[in-house]
Amino acid sequence: MGYVMTKQRMDEVLTSLRETYRVYAPKKVGKFIRYGEVKSMEEIVFDEKSHFSPKEVFYPIVQTLLYFSENDVRESEVDARPVVLFLRPCDINGIHRLDTIFMENGGKADNFYQRLREKVKFFLMECCESFETCFCVSMGSNATDDYAVAVRVNDDGVFVEVKDETFANLFSGEAACDFTPAFVTENKRKVNVPAITDRAMVKDIHALEMWREFDDNCIGCGGCNTVCITCSCFDTTDIIYNETSRDGERRRVWSSCMLNDYSTVAGGHNVRAKAGDRMRFKAMHKLYDYNARFGKGNMCVGCGRCDMRCPKDIHFSETIDKLAAAVETLKEGKEC
Amino acid sequence: MNNITLPQPHKIIKIIHETKAEYTFRVHYEGKTDHGQFFMLSIPKIGEAPISVSSRGEDYVEFTIRKVGRLTDGLFGMNEGDTLFMRGPYGNAFPVENFKGKNLVVVAGGTGMAPVRSMLQYFAAHPEEIQSVYFIVGFKDRDAVLFEDDLAAFAKAEKFHTIYCLDNMEAEGFHKGFVTNYIKDVPFAEFDDFNVAIVGPPAMIGFTAKECVKNGVSEEKIWVSFERKMSCAVGKCGHCKINETYVCLEGPVFNYTKAKELLD
Ligand SMILES: Cc1cc2nc3c(=O)[nH]c(=O)nc-3n(C[C@H](O)[C@H](O)[C@H](O)COP(=O)(O)OP(=O)(O)OC[C@H]3O[C@@H](n4cnc5c(N)ncnc54)[C@H](O)[C@@H]3O)c2cc1C
Ligand code: SF4
Ligand code: SF4
Ligand code: FES
Repeated sequence: MGYVMTKQRMDEVLTSLRETYRVYAPKKVGKFIRYGEVKSMEEIVFDEKSHFSPKEVFYPIVQTLLYFSENDVRESEVDARPVVLFLRPCDINGIHRLDTIFMENGGKADNFYQRLREKVKFFLMECCESFETCFCVSMGSNATDDYAVAVRVNDDGVFVEVKDETFANLFSGEAACDFTPAFVTENKRKVNVPAITDRAMVKDIHALEMWREFDDNCIGCGGCNTVCITCSCFDTTDIIYNETSRDGERRRVWSSCMLNDYSTVAGGHNVRAKAGDRMRFKAMHKLYDYNARFGKGNMCVGCGRCDMRCPKDIHFSETIDKLAAAVETLKEGKEC
Repeated sequence: MNNITLPQPHKIIKIIHETKAEYTFRVHYEGKTDHGQFFMLSIPKIGEAPISVSSRGEDYVEFTIRKVGRLTDGLFGMNEGDTLFMRGPYGNAFPVENFKGKNLVVVAGGTGMAPVRSMLQYFAAHPEEIQSVYFIVGFKDRDAVLFEDDLAAFAKAEKFHTIYCLDNMEAEGFHKGFVTNYIKDVPFAEFDDFNVAIVGPPAMIGFTAKECVKNGVSEEKIWVSFERKMSCAVGKCGHCKINETYVCLEGPVFNYTKAKELLD
């Protein structure tokens, strides 16, 4: 069902929503646009892309998992209220990638992810125009039908499409219209996705000269992973409240495959000691490994946030293009 | 909802000092484990780490641990009767059913002996289930030698042929040199069927596998066990991933035909 209303009316809807739900959306936080709880439409940034992804709403940067006392362990608890999350199509597709890892990989769901994730209802923010660094169309992640409610905001008011019946009564008093969201069909930034057709090519890709340029350029800060909607890696760390106490907790903290010690094992042996090796690892996960394992397309959804974030102006979209070209060259080399 | 990463308290029954830097912890446990699997051991407030089962009893498992950092330091400070936390067992195992009735060659380096120890103990106790066992193990020096009792027992065990070596010294019962020097002494050509299991540091695994291939062993007869950083052991944290493979899920034991295609 579609409805149209004024921003003021939508604010009243948000107010009633907030009686049951925590409502999260991209908003201005200092110089960044990132996810936080919102009370009104005014707070939600519709006309720019958020610097950070919505994943932190249900997969926090730091999360307490367990509490320990001397000989006992207890699971932490989470806010019982459900969540309404305003987000873009690419992010919804990105969350499907996170779901694959946390809910499916290894055949069992990760409880700490699941308990927050299952509380989330998607409110799709229509993208009427692509932003500067987006390349979602090339990645095939510009559209989705997985949302409870879709929202368009323009000078004529707020248009919504309600797909999830649980939200229908919130809008039942509004003027009906036949709104459904449109999706971006062209980005300024276009990439060629590498067509790695044969597992045997992985060895040649491993040896490509192109990775060496990152040995000096990339400082391994992990910023690109932090903003990425599809990066799921974490570390587990324990903390003790004070030296004399026996009580403490186990926490899950976001990790990053671009960090130097991501894969360092006992004895100091680092399986990917150079920044270029780690860039190759990341690129291959986003563009080959995920699909090879799950058969669900590429992991990267082309949100372009990593390109905005990198302090060294490394553009992942350019890396994708370079890899695609190198892969074509490898194929030609093989054929003749 | 059954939490897949929730650790459970277990009592330490016994601590055996193997070397200065390696202790064996016998921990109360009654569930099932297979040869080559591992547990996530933890001490609350200090941390968690993957550790292989190095031996099994009816109501216990043993872990042989090398002191290298935070968690392992913490374990070395514990006493018999203390409680540690663990979850598991995780990972696949050596295909022992497929090893039975054939010849088995086991090549191990240092603490790498831990994941194959229970399998060796099994065949030493059940010689009727195997044609022969060739066991080659290397340690850095005399002080680094682990499992003295097992080494003595294996040397005498029916159908066992053992070669023990030290990297750069000679000693009673030990040859001098790397395990790779002794691969040529295994009579592969006389075996009608056999398997090779290799465990140890990454470089040792690589060199040993190549040496085996040089001696006419086909790759599909070789099995290796990988160690990678692990933070979850259930396919979520990403640390152990190599290409499209997760060592904690599909490993740690891999057939060499697969292992050699995994490029970090
Ligand atoms: C499947 C598997 C089986 C293992 N079996 C045994 C065993 O039987 N006995 C044994 O002594 N060790 C074993 N290890 C290695 C053991 O897990 C590490 O030595 C341990 O994690 C170090 O933890 P720590 O907190 O003491 O060290 P930390 O303080 O975390 O770090 C010390 C050093 O170890 C590295 N490290 C951290 N985590 C790991 C990790 N998970 N694996 C390897 N290195 C790591 C660090 O980068 C650093 O260089 C096994 C590892 C795996 C993956
Ligand atoms: S790799 Fe970059 S463009 Fe792709 S999903 Fe992650 S942040 Fe977005
Ligand atoms: S943000 Fe840039 S410099 Fe930092 S790790 Fe990523 S690519 Fe390297
Ligand atoms: S150890 Fe976490 S994914 Fe394998």
